[in-house]
Amino acid sequence: MTGLGWALADSWTIARRTLMHWRMQPGLVLFTWFFPVLMLLMFGGLLGGAMEFPEGSSYYELLVPGIFALSMLFGLEGTMTAVTTDVSKGVTDRFRSLPMSSAAVVLGRCVADMLDSLVTLVVLAATGLVLGWRWHEGLPSALAAFGLLLLLRFALLWVGIFIGLTVKNAQSVTMVQVLVWPVGFLSSAFVATSTMPDWLGTVAQWNPLSATATASRALFGNPDPSATATWIGTHAGLAALIAPLVLTAIFLPLSAHRFRTLSR
Amino acid sequence: MATERVIEAVGVRKNYRGGTEGAGLNGFDLEVTAGTVTGLLGPNGAGKTTAVRILSTLLEMDSGTATIAGFDVRRQGAEVRRRIGLVGQYAAVDEVLTGRQNLVMFGRLNHLRNAKSRADELLERFGLTEAAGQAVSKYSGGMRRRLDLAASLIVAPRVLFVDEPTTGLDPAGRIEVWSAVRQLVDGGTTVLLTTQYLEEADQLANRISMLKEGKVVAEGTPDELKTQLGSDWLDLVVADPADVPRVVELAGPLADGEVRVTDVRISIPVKDRTRALVQMANSLHEAKIEPEDLTLRRPTLDEVFLHLTGAAA
Repeated sequence: MTGLGWALADSWTIARRTLMHWRMQPGLVLFTWFFPVLMLLMFGGLLGGAMEFPEGSSYYELLVPGIFALSMLFGLEGTMTAVTTDVSKGVTDRFRSLPMSSAAVVLGRCVADMLDSLVTLVVLAATGLVLGWRWHEGLPSALAAFGLLLLLRFALLWVGIFIGLTVKNAQSVTMVQVLVWPVGFLSSAFVATSTMPDWLGTVAQWNPLSATATASRALFGNPDPSATATWIGTHAGLAALIAPLVLTAIFLPLSAHRFRTLSR
Repeated sequence: MATERVIEAVGVRKNYRGGTEGAGLNGFDLEVTAGTVTGLLGPNGAGKTTAVRILSTLLEMDSGTATIAGFDVRRQGAEVRRRIGLVGQYAAVDEVLTGRQNLVMFGRLNHLRNAKSRADELLERFGLTEAAGQAVSKYSGGMRRRLDLAASLIVAPRVLFVDEPTTGLDPAGRIEVWSAVRQLVDGGTTVLLTTQYLEEADQLANRISMLKEGKVVAEGTPDELKTQLGSDWLDLVVADPADVPRVVELAGPLADGEVRVTDVRISIPVKDRTRALVQMANSLHEAKIEPEDLTLRRPTLDEVFLHLTGAAA
């Protein structure tokens, strides 16, 4: 096999390791897949009744795409924890002492986490459909929306790998996990940003999470009052493409650099 | 073959920025001959793990040279990694997976075609066949270490690095791991073993390098090191603690160094073994002190170690 062939084979071996984890710990992985469902039901129940929607529409039309985006953000925690655990337990060192492709250590993680996010989205979408959420613009448009969501996840993956390689211990991971929540709430995931105080609404609108949520709502044909309010609101589709690409352009090289400098 | 150098390190230096992550190396030299077990012995913070990480390409050195089987660890890392196995301080195996899944995965990453049959072979060799299907998180400390050893032997390495293999194990686990390491040695693998336990080095290693503050301060077979220190010891045990001061006084002229007293045991460093034994026996006889025990012995590695490193006892 060629160098590239081995790199791909090694990446798949590493990714399969995570798939085997799912089989060994089905309870844990089911919990991570159903946690976003829990949030969907919880926030739907808590906030849905307090809001008014046009006839034939419901809060779930707004909330489901928001929770899609939020679950992409939460995936960051899983990536980070997995990376940190491997570094602190010496598993990363073992990989690095093997004659395998070193890029595969990171690429394998990437493949596994993208598969994980795909399952998360499928489970959430199925729940959404049961609750009455629909896409109204046809399947290709809906698939494009899922594509944007996975693009955000891909970008956040590199953020997670970078932080995971940097903090090196589980306590710091907990701190980052706590910080993920305000980032998630300070967005258009749950409510239209137009209902917030001006300054807060502006911050929330510029949150990349909001861009992806708003852009995917447009592609699903779900209502989103945030979409027309401001410049960033009307250009959410563009922002949902550019923000993840910028994040990737920053954190992918940083992660690669971190990985190489584990030897210093 | 007998004199082939598989590990050669000359003047290796490594300083950690910030200085908190690990002990540096300060002109570290090491030569290891094929088919031997070399013990790298030193207290915490002497630089043992740093040395192993540099030799196994996990860490870059600041200056110096090091080769494994003739390949430069800096410039030919990939070639070096093809020839080494590493057992780190933690059992670096996936705790969620079973023992067998671990070995198959590491076999695939070593680009073996027969990863599965190789895994079964190693499980059998390390007495893990029965536990092969269990998650590693259910293994005992000794079993994990054996799995870790097996994982580093998937492709029979020229050199196996074993970093503090028994740290944190109970005595039973220690004995398990010792016997596993001995098996390797019988199979002809060259092993570099780091340890802070002198007993472990004495048990397993044919040669010992003593490390202090990032530098090898003494090197040789365990016997050579003991001889190098020179003095033998005359150990004497008296029945009545009241006799101790008198015995110490009698030992004075014979002692080649400081006489040590612990309870009723008096240890006298001596140069001329037989003469010292006879004189001491005579003096005791004249003083009408009947010793419980009177023996000559070689120094223990602990004594050699304390002598060479100047560490406080």
